[in-house]
Amino acid sequence: MAQKLPAKDVAIIGLGWTGSILAHELAAAGLDVIAIERGPWRNTATDYPPGYAPDELRFRIRHELFLRPAQTTFTFRNKMNQTALPIRSWGAFMPPNGVGGGGVHWNAETWRFLPSDFVLRTHLTQRYGAAFLPQDMTIQDWGVTFDELEPHYDRFEYLCGTSGQAGNVKGQIIDGGNPFEGPRSRPYPNPPQDQPFGATLFAKAARDLGYKPFPQPSGNMSRAYQNPLGVRLGPCTYCGFCEWFGCGNYSKASPQTTILPVLVRMKNFSARDNSEVTRINLDASGKRATGVTFVDMDGNEWEQPADLVILSAYTIFNVQLLLLSKIGKPYDPVANSGVIGRNFTHQTISDVTSFFDPQKFIFNPFIASGAIGMCIDEFNGDNFDHGPVGFVGGGYMGQVQTNGRPIETAPVPPGTPRWGAQWKKAVKENYQSAQKPGTGVHGSMYSYRDVYVDLDPIYKDRFGRPLARITMDFHDNEIKQNKFLTDKFAEIFQAMGAKQVVKEYRKAPYDITKYQTTHLCGGAIMGTDPQTSAINRYLQCWDVPNLFVMGASGFPQNAGYNPTGTVAALAYWSADAIRDKYLKNPGQLINA
Amino acid sequence: MRRTLTIAGALIALVADVYPCGSADLQQFSAVERGRYLANAADCGSCHTVPGSNRPFAGGRNIETPFGVLVSPNITPDGGTGIGSWTDDEFDAAVRGGRARGGARLYPAMPFPYYARMSREDVEDIRAYLRTIQPVRNAVTSNRLPFPLNQRESMIAWDDLYFKPGEFHDDPSKSKEWNRGAYLVQGPAHCGACHTPKTFLGGDKSDQIFRGYALQGWTAPDITSGEGALGNWSADDIAQYLKTGHNKYAAAAGLMGEVVELSTSNLTDEDVRAIAIYLKDIGGPLPQNNSAADKDVLAAGGAIFQDLCSACHQGDGKGVANLFPNLSEAATVSARDPTTVLRVILQGAQSVATDREPTGPAMPAFGWQLNDAQVAAVATYVRDRFGKKAPPVSESDARRARTSLAARTD
Amino acid sequence: MEAIVDRIIPPDPQTPGGKDAGCAVFIDRQLKGPYGSAAGHYRLGPFIKGTKEQGPQSPLTPAELYRKGLAGLDRYCKAKLGGKPFSQLSADQQDDVLKKVEAGEAKFDDVDARGFFDALLKDVPEGFFSDPIHGGNRDMVGWKMIGFPGIRYDYRDWVHRHNERYPYPPVSIAGRMDWNVKKS
Repeated sequence: MAQKLPAKDVAIIGLGWTGSILAHELAAAGLDVIAIERGPWRNTATDYPPGYAPDELRFRIRHELFLRPAQTTFTFRNKMNQTALPIRSWGAFMPPNGVGGGGVHWNAETWRFLPSDFVLRTHLTQRYGAAFLPQDMTIQDWGVTFDELEPHYDRFEYLCGTSGQAGNVKGQIIDGGNPFEGPRSRPYPNPPQDQPFGATLFAKAARDLGYKPFPQPSGNMSRAYQNPLGVRLGPCTYCGFCEWFGCGNYSKASPQTTILPVLVRMKNFSARDNSEVTRINLDASGKRATGVTFVDMDGNEWEQPADLVILSAYTIFNVQLLLLSKIGKPYDPVANSGVIGRNFTHQTISDVTSFFDPQKFIFNPFIASGAIGMCIDEFNGDNFDHGPVGFVGGGYMGQVQTNGRPIETAPVPPGTPRWGAQWKKAVKENYQSAQKPGTGVHGSMYSYRDVYVDLDPIYKDRFGRPLARITMDFHDNEIKQNKFLTDKFAEIFQAMGAKQVVKEYRKAPYDITKYQTTHLCGGAIMGTDPQTSAINRYLQCWDVPNLFVMGASGFPQNAGYNPTGTVAALAYWSADAIRDKYLKNPGQLINA
Repeated sequence: MRRTLTIAGALIALVADVYPCGSADLQQFSAVERGRYLANAADCGSCHTVPGSNRPFAGGRNIETPFGVLVSPNITPDGGTGIGSWTDDEFDAAVRGGRARGGARLYPAMPFPYYARMSREDVEDIRAYLRTIQPVRNAVTSNRLPFPLNQRESMIAWDDLYFKPGEFHDDPSKSKEWNRGAYLVQGPAHCGACHTPKTFLGGDKSDQIFRGYALQGWTAPDITSGEGALGNWSADDIAQYLKTGHNKYAAAAGLMGEVVELSTSNLTDEDVRAIAIYLKDIGGPLPQNNSAADKDVLAAGGAIFQDLCSACHQGDGKGVANLFPNLSEAATVSARDPTTVLRVILQGAQSVATDREPTGPAMPAFGWQLNDAQVAAVATYVRDRFGKKAPPVSESDARRARTSLAARTD
Repeated sequence: MEAIVDRIIPPDPQTPGGKDAGCAVFIDRQLKGPYGSAAGHYRLGPFIKGTKEQGPQSPLTPAELYRKGLAGLDRYCKAKLGGKPFSQLSADQQDDVLKKVEAGEAKFDDVDARGFFDALLKDVPEGFFSDPIHGGNRDMVGWKMIGFPGIRYDYRDWVHRHNERYPYPPVSIAGRMDWNVKKS
């Protein structure tokens, strides 16, 4: 029997990036806010100091900062006619756990989507005709435009001290930046990070091939920075233990290093860690959230009443909680009806490993940050004519190698035995002179009718609740896209002077054991039509107006960029709508 | 985190009904407000409140002295266990005269030799403020000193040697700002209580004011403009440090972090600047440091520093302004006494967060990672290279520090 | 185990092999801890074998896998190679057996031999390249072999020094020799 706690104005489910942004915005507006986080509190000096944070085995291989599947996991199948089986240990993606969420261990690659990404179906139909799109591709327009989000992208970039080179300021194209980016109102708050040898060589080769390379926008500080909230970050020291790890010297943007120090000083903010929300509670009408129920470390159940609920638990946990709380109509792929679970996507990633002459090239791969690198955007979105190539979508590509950590990054040429004296020799010879970008080709994944999330009929979590079930496979469009992009990517390494270039195309079937970013998107998408979206353009739930759903779960399809910048921009956009419109007149903001 | 002490009009009215009026008019809000400000400057709440409790001024906090532990009394207006039934004269005799009600002498853990510089009106204002505090029933036995120190008559000789009563008087040759700063430092802020070296009887060495003292497991460094790092600090730097806990050189942590949080961050910008102006005028000899540290120790310390410390403090020790202390300008690094340096290496330190500087970065602990010889080596290196050749630290110094820190409860 | 790790990563004149690098010690410790017991993994049933893309579905923990795998390996060797366990074979013979296991030609009775070998191929290099505090990479020999500087955290002076060898020795969480005062 759940014990009832005193009511709050706002209950926030999950204290990651969007939870922290919303908590701060709403507490600053005077509301009484409580954030409930499933995992533990995390602080730099006590949880990932430089003395032991750079432990590849502990944090990269054993995933100490991440969710344990025993606490919760998902089931997976490629096709609807298969039985989904549990993901017993993580592979394809790595869900976070704890205060700060993914913001603690992310790369800090901080991108904006393209203007055309937000009106994708309209744009592609106009340019190529409706018949050009695969029949079962379910891409949609978002209901919000790049221009509407631009001030909020800017806000997040200045919160984080994003280090980058602007390519388009108010329509003026600037040399050295991304010429394809949507117009921004002002430059980045910090100059780009320094680039190591490999990225610099890549950029030169790309330029020689006629591309316009630019430094990857980075949430790792290129210099000491104080953000608009007064919180300070230190300069990144290129330690090469960035993604998967916490940053030991306050130089990676995270909720801890940008918002939480101010948030925890606000008297109208409180938080509970190690408390898992198991349900969003509704009143008898089913149209109003009354608060949430959560379980603490001892297994005790509590009820936290609230007038406003913000669901910011990460893509697939958002979807699962909506399904378990019976909010919104579950998606049925056969009938093609319902919204919760539809348009689920990931990312289409591939890599190219190249081997250079060890006598001539010393790359020092261990000198890097999580968002280092030089990229080109010629093949992203609709930046090029897709007519001749027979697919839509694309992605940025770059020499974005983040590390030389030896367990993860000790490449050997194809044909090398996997063990023994020859393997050992090949590792030794190639470690300093190989290039292995990692997520070198970072392609979009568009949405399809048969790629979705629902509840599993067999497997349960530790509370006996059904696990979320992922049905996902690659479609021809993304496979074609990836081959095209990977081939282009390989050309650049060839031009760099590699003696051997090894392409690893992304191929179907989608494999749950191979890591391909944690950029899961969709399942509770935003849109203008309640028949085909779960939330409106302000991220407000169509069915339950006092529930707002943050995160990439709102993306109708995924673009060819890392999602965090867009996730945060949408959070600020939604927070403004809550403060300026909803609080003055609670109710459904859009009449659709 | 402390609760803000708010003044409730209703509470004042309630108190007025229940407790006998003193000479300060309880309806005079300006007296109460002045008293609240002075109580912040005097940091009464620090000693008289158990940290983290929601019973301000109810006493019960252990005060560690070189002679033993004293426990702070209850100074809420409770009639039986607090000071509710004291007269204003009795209150004044305690604060500025070092005498409890009934005449018993107070130990100088209560910094009455400094508070003596305040005026009677100041004391009455503080009393007016204290009367607005929630009364708490909490009987405290203050005197936990061992025999014979627990005989308060032993304070007769001490008072004779070290207690010089008398209000502060302006020095007409100095500016108004200087005088305000001098009043605050010599009076309510009682900086010398920690920063002035003590004789073996625990009294101030009056010829070495503010030249540093080690207490409660920390070094309160030299804050004169000679030896200490304050030589290079501008008045603005000092003011910023007091107001926000941070400046481009240093971060307040440990005991001073608490002083910033509870006291100096609540002073006006003008007052912290006045304190700074005064302190900048206090001279002191240049350092006599000429550390003859062993070159092999320095080599080992330098290797450790490069591998572990440079990530934050940078290779040249200059840190990052307002975030990671600049070791070459940190008074605790160049202090003769290495207590803080050892403590911070072994246990880490949480710097203070204030409204103006909310980041609150923390130094991680390295005691688990380094053995005593390594701790001594890196401490020696840091003090030699950045601390103006401050004396080396031996392996047994490090071992002693480790053992005594393990015995601390704070 | 020591014999196995010395074949997976054999010794050579420049760099020790898996055995002297402590890979067997590393694996032993890992199997004793949460890795060995699959702590944190989803361990509820039913256990159904699925497609390769659905990932491992075996109820066997790594510790159980190793126990059965090592026993199976010895049984195989004794049966096929004149009654000798793996550790008593010559290096060439050992390599031969391992290659057969890798190819799926050697089968063990009650455990998937290839699955066991795949675990070895993951764990032995981890033992060679992880921080020495975990028991392997003794003296940082693995890191010295490739020129990986270990836990160093500040490369700002080196980012723009392109195509230049980084000269400083590696550091582990347990430090390096230079942290200790030389007796001179």
